[in-house]
Amino acid sequence: MKIRAIAGITFKEAKRDRVLYLLFFFAAAGIAASRVLALLTVGDRVKIIKDVGLASISVFGVLMAVLIGTGLVYKEIDKKTIFTLLSKPLHRAQFILGKFLGLVLTLFVMTACMTAIFLALLFLHTQRFEGAMLVAVAYIFLELVLITAVAILFSSFSTPILSSLFSLAFYLIGHLSWGLELIIRKMAPGAGRTLVRALYVFLPDLENFNFKTEVVHGLPIPPAIFLSSFLYGAFYTAFILGLAVLIFRRRDFI
Amino acid sequence: MSEAIRIESLKKTFRLGFIPKPREILKGISLAVREGEIFGYLGPNGAGKTTTIKCLLGLIYPDAGTIDIFGQPHASPRARQTLGFLPENPYFYDYLTASEFLAFYADLFGLDRREKEARIGRLLALVGLERARDLQLRKFSRGMLQRVGLAQALINDPKLVILDEPLGGMDPLGRKEIRDIIVRFKQEGKTVFFTSHILQDIEMICDHVAIIVGGRIVKQGALQDLVSEKVLFTEVVLSGLPAEACRGLGESVSAKGDRLLLRVFEENKVEEVLALVHDRKGRVLSLSPRTETLEDIFVETVTGQ
Repeated sequence: MKIRAIAGITFKEAKRDRVLYLLFFFAAAGIAASRVLALLTVGDRVKIIKDVGLASISVFGVLMAVLIGTGLVYKEIDKKTIFTLLSKPLHRAQFILGKFLGLVLTLFVMTACMTAIFLALLFLHTQRFEGAMLVAVAYIFLELVLITAVAILFSSFSTPILSSLFSLAFYLIGHLSWGLELIIRKMAPGAGRTLVRALYVFLPDLENFNFKTEVVHGLPIPPAIFLSSFLYGAFYTAFILGLAVLIFRRRDFI
Repeated sequence: MSEAIRIESLKKTFRLGFIPKPREILKGISLAVREGEIFGYLGPNGAGKTTTIKCLLGLIYPDAGTIDIFGQPHASPRARQTLGFLPENPYFYDYLTASEFLAFYADLFGLDRREKEARIGRLLALVGLERARDLQLRKFSRGMLQRVGLAQALINDPKLVILDEPLGGMDPLGRKEIRDIIVRFKQEGKTVFFTSHILQDIEMICDHVAIIVGGRIVKQGALQDLVSEKVLFTEVVLSGLPAEACRGLGESVSAKGDRLLLRVFEENKVEEVLALVHDRKGRVLSLSPRTETLEDIFVETVTGQ
């Protein structure tokens, strides 16, 4: 009940944010532009629409999660609304969880809207419903959930600008860390390899959520990969949220 | 009578800045607030009033000391269930209407729908905002915000109400309304703990007061014990007499036209002034004995530290 109340107010607040609509506009423009790009391309035009459409959903979704998520907790502290909230029988963990779920709900609605535009555009081009795209979108959404947790973690102790930078850095590192796996394979066994392996385990690997290539090119995906990616996302999100709660619980609200 | 709040040896030091420098805000506060009374917590700016309240509410973790609310540790959910809080200069979600705003806070206490609706209606009536029920908070004046803030503090029908500067920034009419509401809380058996800079208001409604200066409680007790009823001096406004005629009887504070304001420090001298006015065919326009006020105690305590 309490978490639902916090999530509800967060959703109401997030949907009033103009940044959300600006990003949504650019995402829709990006998806629409994929058709123009397809016209200029030699080869499979549908693949271009799918590639650019899914990339738009992913990039603008991440920007929404970061730019709104990093301000959520900070704003409550800065405007001192947190004083009345935490004076009620509300655990700090419930507050963080409510904020997280409120933003996840916002992102779900936005992702659903972006996907609807994307699928409608694809339908115009192919005259058929491309249900397989939903798999890629579902994992993009899972990635957004993780990024939301990261944004809230940074927002619980830092300013929105710094939190945005940290969260975007997390996103970039997450999409480049798979390179470490290649390095590990080429390294000789020893302390160096153990160190790089430990680094790889600690750093996020957001490529686990990237099924765009497989979906666009119609490649088979083993069910075990779906499951491991889902579990990776769920556990990493839980870990980051736990960290956020730990930091938030120890804070003094001056 | 049992205790609503018991604070023992509360200490808090903040370490702020890029190179953290310790700043001791609370230096061992101890106080007790009895159930059903109105307790005024006074102190100059930066004395530690708000920090004490934040410790009480669990917004700040004290370095040492204990806080009990109705015999329960202050951070326990049972203790939180019993209190309502209005912060200084409250800011709320301004895109909500008054009723949505109160419904949100009611949800934090898990009230069912019927109970929620009943309480919202009752509280909006109590603070005089029934007509603003569906108005967004952004359209509220400062006084209205203070009143809706008071309503959210009461949404759980608390036994203890903590108010941080509830009268700050209010016009005289608004102050009177809030004062009346606080007195009504007492009549309903609630305990009120509040801070204010407006000493006349505290003097008017408080049973007990504590004065905090530099992180230490320097004076506390029942108001009637602190403020003596001894007459400090008598102010006499008279006309028809020159100031020189009253020399030796009192201190001439001001003279405007025919009017003279005289401050007489000894009771027998008041009789002499009245006799003199009578002899010289003058007129006594007013005569007011001035007893000690909370302001006198406050100024004396703060300047003495």
